Amino acid sequence: MSLRGWSRLHTWSSLVCTLFLLLLCITGLPLIFHHEIGHLTGSEVEAPAMPPGTPPADLDRVVAAARAQRPGEVVQYLIWEDDPAILRLSMAPGPTAPPDALRTVLVDARTATVLEEPRDREGFLYWMLRLHTDLFAGIPGKLFLGAMGLLFVVATVSGAVLYGPFARHGRFGTVRSGRSARLRWLDLHNILGVVTLSWVLVVGATGVVNTLAEQVLAAWRADQLAEMVAPWRGQPPVTAPGSVEAAVAAARAVAPGREPFFVAWPQTMFSSGHHYAVFLRGDTPLTHRLLTPALVDAETARLTEMRSLPWYVTALLVSQPLHFGDYGGMTLKIAWAVLDIATIVILLSGLWLWWRRRRGAA
Amino acid sequence: MIGPVWRIPAALALLSAAGLLVALVEDGAWDGLGAAALLLPLLAAWLAGRRR
Repeated sequence: MSLRGWSRLHTWSSLVCTLFLLLLCITGLPLIFHHEIGHLTGSEVEAPAMPPGTPPADLDRVVAAARAQRPGEVVQYLIWEDDPAILRLSMAPGPTAPPDALRTVLVDARTATVLEEPRDREGFLYWMLRLHTDLFAGIPGKLFLGAMGLLFVVATVSGAVLYGPFARHGRFGTVRSGRSARLRWLDLHNILGVVTLSWVLVVGATGVVNTLAEQVLAAWRADQLAEMVAPWRGQPPVTAPGSVEAAVAAARAVAPGREPFFVAWPQTMFSSGHHYAVFLRGDTPLTHRLLTPALVDAETARLTEMRSLPWYVTALLVSQPLHFGDYGGMTLKIAWAVLDIATIVILLSGLWLWWRRRRGAA
Repeated sequence: MIGPVWRIPAALALLSAAGLLVALVEDGAWDGLGAAALLLPLLAAWLAGRRR
């Protein structure tokens, strides 16, 4: 393709996605610090301090506490929070109720007492999250933002192609500040763009992958999960599942070095009508993000099958930390925030440069 | 082959990518190293912005 062609591709792929990318960068900024903002605003729940080594409560007691808190509802998911003292239970009017119907109950993992029913569907961070993930439009909104992310990747690659010929005119990093504002901003746009290239590509591409989460999980359900539960096909679902403590113990017994991340109840979207699906994760930093589902018969607490997730689900799981930058400490979060702000400057300067050139041509 | 025009930005991009991977190891020292590698390209941009 000629340079003029690359230039057109860069201009138009950028222009189409710039406003949405600005929205994603601006809403992404507070989300990087959502834990810290939660602490400051008091919305982050903390478990009371207890002596180290306090043993965890029986999971069946935890479930009973949550059900007593929301009578008439059932548990769909039990999730181990980052804080090992807290368990998150997602409850709904029925086992097949859609995700929108889920309500959260947080329970102390050591005493099986209810800590709080967090209002996680309101407030500033909830608004930022919804704008960032789906524009309050559900799956169509997610896919739309994924398409904008794809255009952003095209804009980044075409911008990098244009950078080569541009850079031949001067030393690397030269900003021509003495001539016109347009040249100064063009140089800054190019320098910022090229030095943040790999970060922008990684965060852009992993963001696109994240928008496909529903489709990836649907493919896993139709492919591997369907194979794993084939012998139970056509049988009526278990309506009164047995001990979840026994189910988790059965899964852990065959997977030393792995710890539970979440349990999906029978009939939910991550399991079959007959099984608890216990999703285990590794206990080292690198394997912590990689999950292995173990299916446990919900009536007998006998492990029926355990297998690794396919490559496309693994790709999704690895994409998530690379997009959120939540795998390190505060230093990494600050790096993420600075790179995010740099991207906002690149987007705004690109828009301004296009407008100035258009005005100059008119 | 990477031409001379691309050597510095390519080195910065490699550092940045290495920073991402190193930081994913999620350990105190590695995390710090990863964050430093990620911030190097921005430091370069800042120096470029100051150059007249």
